[in-house]
Amino acid sequence: MALSETSDTSARQGAADSVDGTDLIQLIDALGTRHPNPHYDPLVADIDGAALQALYEDMVVVRRIDAEATALQRQGELALWPPLLGQEAAQIGSGRALRQDDFVFSSYRENAVAYCRGVDLTDLLRVWRGNASSGWDPYAINMATPQVIIGAQTLHATGYAMGILNDGADSVAVTYFGDGATSQGDVNEALVFAASYQAPVVFFCQNNHWAISEPVGLQAHVPIANRAPGFGIPSVRVDGNDVLACLAVTREALIRARSGGGPTFIEAVTYRMGPHTTADDPSRYRDPNELEDWAAKDPLARIAALLDSMDLLDAAYADTVKAKADGVAAELRAGCLGMAEPAPTDVFQHVYSAPNSWLDRQQDHYERYLLSFGNGTTTEGAS
Amino acid sequence: MSTMTFGRAINAGLRRAMDNDPKVILMGEDIGKLGGVFRITDGLQKDFGPHRVLDSPLAEAGIMGTAVGMAYRGYRPVVEIQFDGFIYPAFDQIVCQVAKIHYRTQGAVKMPITIRVPFGGGIGSPEHHSESPEAYFTHTSGLRVVSVSNPQDAYTVIQQAIASDDPVLYFEPKRRYHTKGEVDEGVDPSSSDMGAARVVTEGSDVTLVTYGPLVPTARDAAIAASDDGVSVEVIDLRSLAPIDFATVEASVRKTGRLVITHEAAQSGGLGAEIAASITERCFYHLEHAPVRVTGFDIPYPYSKLEFHHLPDLDRILDGVDRALGRRNSLSGLER
Repeated sequence: MALSETSDTSARQGAADSVDGTDLIQLIDALGTRHPNPHYDPLVADIDGAALQALYEDMVVVRRIDAEATALQRQGELALWPPLLGQEAAQIGSGRALRQDDFVFSSYRENAVAYCRGVDLTDLLRVWRGNASSGWDPYAINMATPQVIIGAQTLHATGYAMGILNDGADSVAVTYFGDGATSQGDVNEALVFAASYQAPVVFFCQNNHWAISEPVGLQAHVPIANRAPGFGIPSVRVDGNDVLACLAVTREALIRARSGGGPTFIEAVTYRMGPHTTADDPSRYRDPNELEDWAAKDPLARIAALLDSMDLLDAAYADTVKAKADGVAAELRAGCLGMAEPAPTDVFQHVYSAPNSWLDRQQDHYERYLLSFGNGTTTEGAS
Repeated sequence: MSTMTFGRAINAGLRRAMDNDPKVILMGEDIGKLGGVFRITDGLQKDFGPHRVLDSPLAEAGIMGTAVGMAYRGYRPVVEIQFDGFIYPAFDQIVCQVAKIHYRTQGAVKMPITIRVPFGGGIGSPEHHSESPEAYFTHTSGLRVVSVSNPQDAYTVIQQAIASDDPVLYFEPKRRYHTKGEVDEGVDPSSSDMGAARVVTEGSDVTLVTYGPLVPTARDAAIAASDDGVSVEVIDLRSLAPIDFATVEASVRKTGRLVITHEAAQSGGLGAEIAASITERCFYHLEHAPVRVTGFDIPYPYSKLEFHHLPDLDRILDGVDRALGRRNSLSGLER
């Protein structure tokens, strides 16, 4: 059997794992039915109707942000955008569990987590419009700017958590990454370090089933969460489309970390309903039936159904939420279109924190070159 | 002033940096109880505790990546890479993260990480223990790269590196660890510039540029040349990125001749950068093309042959003869 056939077969096996499996923590099922859970219910006992509505609002808003950014890309205003469609529950549920003094190290798809951290909407787009290498001051919202090198941020979170330990603080570092990242050495080394030092770090893996075109079965032959105990790290597999369950398991992990219990690995089983980025074409590699199956488990639809069953989602409220989301989208669009252009010599800024003789010379020469186009006094004798 | 070995001078510099700033922490393999395979961190864990001197799991990417996280948290990690040839698993974290986070975040996040790398050959070790990988890092913007050649500089520059808000690779010439020298421990590291080159011996006929392990060899070559009536000015670069070209240029304007020597392979190495930059800066002062005396473009050889690979006094003198247009090993060949 050819190698490609082997991996293809195993990929299908892996991709066939069931989101409704018995090992999966689920509090709200795909139809919006709330299932009691004696272990996890106390962790979300404070989530009353109003709090559920707040989670619903968050999810509607971030889906709207995502749609608007995708539209901006299609209209040529953004070079690229990585949609989070389908992963709203995983990101809002976990993101809303955090304290402000916790610190997030994420990949590039966690725009809903950034929303929870209070990011300025325009800052979400700076990278994708090509106006900056990252969007915000990490210390302003206690969230590192998105990491592009797959899995590298898990080590940063672990190191940050080691720093928390040294400081004697009870904050937690939380790192987000995908199923593809779990194949990276960095992620595995992060698990080793986190376990060895018992660092207060939460590994939040969104298994969205696809790493661009590669199905999760190519990364793992067992549920990803099963790996963590081998490192000495407790893990949990949660329905990533269930916002309440994601909130509950993240809260449990945070409590463990704050009380000296060390790291936790969470596998949130979800689905990337859109492309990897706006440059991707999933129709080349994905069975449309699969998308249909997952659309039936939509994270937003199920919380809407639950709220409806509780008489908390009448037409007027739904309109209010939609209006709020439209307002956020309008703000996002205005921020995008109004972004100031960088100056040419900004290219030299912040490479170093101190003057650098090599770079200063290059900047000087380039400034002279620019001046040679006549927008000022030309300088003769550039050396 | 006290006399101490090169290795002990680094140790003393680390100790002083840790005394002065509680945010300075050491991370690396075997650096705790053992004091490192070269004993550079000897006694530091005992005196500062395991929370400041961390024995890390055996994973260089992991060490570097967690150091990044520590820096995010406000620490100043000093990472020991056990041997030059073991740095490559950490290469991605160094190049993509350590070097770029300050730029990426527009200055919001500083990466004051010092990466100590015992480097270079001459100790009779097997493969991966004698490499000179500095050019990989001098080619990476966002990094500062230094190498020291004597106990005083070792003591001072390690403190300057730790105090730097930018990441610094600090290359230690391991075959010089046991060299003794005078060290003034009262020196204030902030009173000098980590980027400044140093004129080791003044001369008027040829400028000989080097750094790290070959500085003593170059100095010996200058002494030997003077016996032959040739005056060689030896420059110890100390900083490899950026290079203090002003000091080199001033010397070459005086001598008109430039020889560069390093252990690292020739092609694409620092010698090429120095030759090109100096040629650009003072072409009309040159009496001869710059000459490189370097290691060969080979994997580091097995130890019985390493002294063929490493530039030594005679090969450097041969280079000096070439720069002077005197009779040399290539006389009569196309140059």
